[in-house]
Amino acid sequence: MMRTALAASLILLTACGGEQEAAAPVTDASYQEELQLALLDAQPGDVITIPAGTYAFDRGLSLTADGVTIRGAGMAETVLSFKGQLAGAEGLLVTGDDFLIEDLSIEDAKGDALKVTEADGVTIRRVRVAWTGGPKTENGAYGFYPVQTTNVLIEDSVAVGASDAGIYVGQSKNVIVRNNLAEENVAGIEIENTQDADVYGNVAKNNTGGILVFNMPNLKQAGANIRVFENEVEENNLDNFAHPGTPVASIPAGSGIVVNSHDDVEIFGNTVRDNRTANVIISSVYSSNYADDSWSDSFDPYPERIALHSNTFEGGGNRPDGMELKAAKLMLFGPTGRFPDVLWDGYAPEGRSPEICIGDQGTEVLNADMPNGSKNMRVDAEGFSCTLEPLAAVRLAEAL
Amino acid sequence: MKRALLAIAMLLSACGEKAVEPVFFPDENPQLLSDWGAVSVDRGELRLGEGVTPYALRTPLFTDYAHKLRTVWSVGEATPRGDWAPDFPVGTVLTKTFYYPESGSNVLKAEDMQPVNGTRGLDLAEHRLIETRLLVRRSDGWHALSYVWNEDETEARLKRTGAVVPLTLASSAGEEAFPYIVPNENQCASCHIRDATDGGLEPLGPTEAQLDHPYGYAGGEANQLAAWRERGLLVTTGYEPSSTDPLASLDGRARAYLAANCAHCHNPVGPADTSGMDLTLSADGPALGHCKPPIAAGSGTGGRRFGIVPGAPDQSVLTYRVASRDPGAMMPEVGRSLVDEEGLALLEEWIGAMDGACS
Repeated sequence: MMRTALAASLILLTACGGEQEAAAPVTDASYQEELQLALLDAQPGDVITIPAGTYAFDRGLSLTADGVTIRGAGMAETVLSFKGQLAGAEGLLVTGDDFLIEDLSIEDAKGDALKVTEADGVTIRRVRVAWTGGPKTENGAYGFYPVQTTNVLIEDSVAVGASDAGIYVGQSKNVIVRNNLAEENVAGIEIENTQDADVYGNVAKNNTGGILVFNMPNLKQAGANIRVFENEVEENNLDNFAHPGTPVASIPAGSGIVVNSHDDVEIFGNTVRDNRTANVIISSVYSSNYADDSWSDSFDPYPERIALHSNTFEGGGNRPDGMELKAAKLMLFGPTGRFPDVLWDGYAPEGRSPEICIGDQGTEVLNADMPNGSKNMRVDAEGFSCTLEPLAAVRLAEAL
Repeated sequence: MKRALLAIAMLLSACGEKAVEPVFFPDENPQLLSDWGAVSVDRGELRLGEGVTPYALRTPLFTDYAHKLRTVWSVGEATPRGDWAPDFPVGTVLTKTFYYPESGSNVLKAEDMQPVNGTRGLDLAEHRLIETRLLVRRSDGWHALSYVWNEDETEARLKRTGAVVPLTLASSAGEEAFPYIVPNENQCASCHIRDATDGGLEPLGPTEAQLDHPYGYAGGEANQLAAWRERGLLVTTGYEPSSTDPLASLDGRARAYLAANCAHCHNPVGPADTSGMDLTLSADGPALGHCKPPIAAGSGTGGRRFGIVPGAPDQSVLTYRVASRDPGAMMPEVGRSLVDEEGLALLEEWIGAMDGACS
């Protein structure tokens, strides 16, 4: 209930943001130097306050000091606009520990909106990142982009229009992503090569894929222990507008929750509704667009120990993306039928069960039989009735 | 005291007797470049301070076709550190002045001309000075400062937040307007912090391999390594120059280019280790990009599937990003607005000559 109210208020806020944009606010370009200087001079414990207003930047901002807070007057009131950005791969790049940012918007960054790297202690609260021209391939890749970070909290925030992922957490440890709204991104929320993350209370709506849990080859850290729970993952049916070649370019439009080559994922208590390809997709790197043989032997390509329980599934699977899936749906379920709620590509390790455990009553799995060229796509009745130990809740280290 | 010294030094140089005496500021950052005395304008030329040694790199970083006058001024010998720049003593001041040959209101794309040295300065009637960057070795580590030249080319002022200088580059291909970007302090660090886990700034250019190259000194041309040792700038070590010119082969040139332009971030402990891409001289296989899918390249993939597709530069992400001018897609991420056409051609030739394929 609480969550719904929050989500509703978030939606309201973005709606207000939209209206303000239409009114073409006067942007202030003189603030750029002042803010960058404040960021350069920041000392641990400093709070940089950005008053209400729309500020224009032609270069990316950066912060390296530890223990700094950046605070706006509200995500509809304080807007940092990078529409005219000439240089810098991010709107704001942060490398300091114990970083907190809240109550502002970052719009139209040329690359990523807010990137935080190599930091311990990241809090992003009531921040909106958006590309204001709607979903477009030219939009920046990531909205929120903490990578190689620890103790990360992203909450009550909004991400709109990213050409890759609205909220992306990569190669990080100890992460909470909660009560956010992600819409009109290719991936709403993506957790990649991350260990110990709780993703809950979020609304992922009208993206190409709602919530993604990915494990990519050729990185130092493999993902592990991800809980995705009590989210609303609805109508993620937007045509994929990612740059071809990016991993998310292979996400079919209409994907609710996607697990790719990732072990130890617990998905529970979510409402997953009307995602036209499938409400849940469990897959291996082998069925992605980056399936090649150049990863190291230590990389585990199979999704294993995936638990689904207590979820509410509704609709979806009725209009899958891509010719092959469309044909398969027609053949197996007829023109008015739909895929089951869970679509599995069928890749499993030799000699052991992948332990894909589905506790949701009546939830069926379509085995796409991709290892055999999808010759025998079928609804598997057996093999998913196992149970797994619940994963532990994430606890962030005490802030500051 | 310092000021008095400086005044005397200036007086001396005004008489044409002696170059300006450089000054090391252990704590403060003077607002004017001339206060450092490493390089300064005198009689229509940019001149070196007394005891300041100019140097050039064998394979320099591309910066929008800017020419670079590099100098070192030090109070003792630096200790070599293998593949990375030597450990310079406290009190060392490195400078790098970015300038272009000019014609009217345009700056020109051109080869490097006569070297600047103790007897010959840079003629400002024919050159436009843009900025001078300093790396200063203080007791707490290196500090990066950037001074932007005024239009009259009489003085450069400290600009901590960076700047945009609109320029038009003229070449045989025509004229191209572009924003020359002076980095802010943090952006200096974004390249000069080579080890993202340790966090300290360091010089990148003057490695022994990069200095193993002749320079036209006032007393004649000499190998820089030998000259640095002779001048007490560098401890003599067992550095053995390659018996063959490493730049003689295509592979050698391409790898040197990647090392100079990319490896400060793309190394195993660098800020770009998030990509799994390693472009140091010792990297190999998928780490170097061979058939390696991008991790988080976003628009930087250009629709291409692998970092390097052997034999197919037009299918490789690496060349796409080097050829891009889009801040969200291009590599390097900072330090250029234009495309290094010659560098790109080198990488294309290099990838084009590779055997094999990605499955």
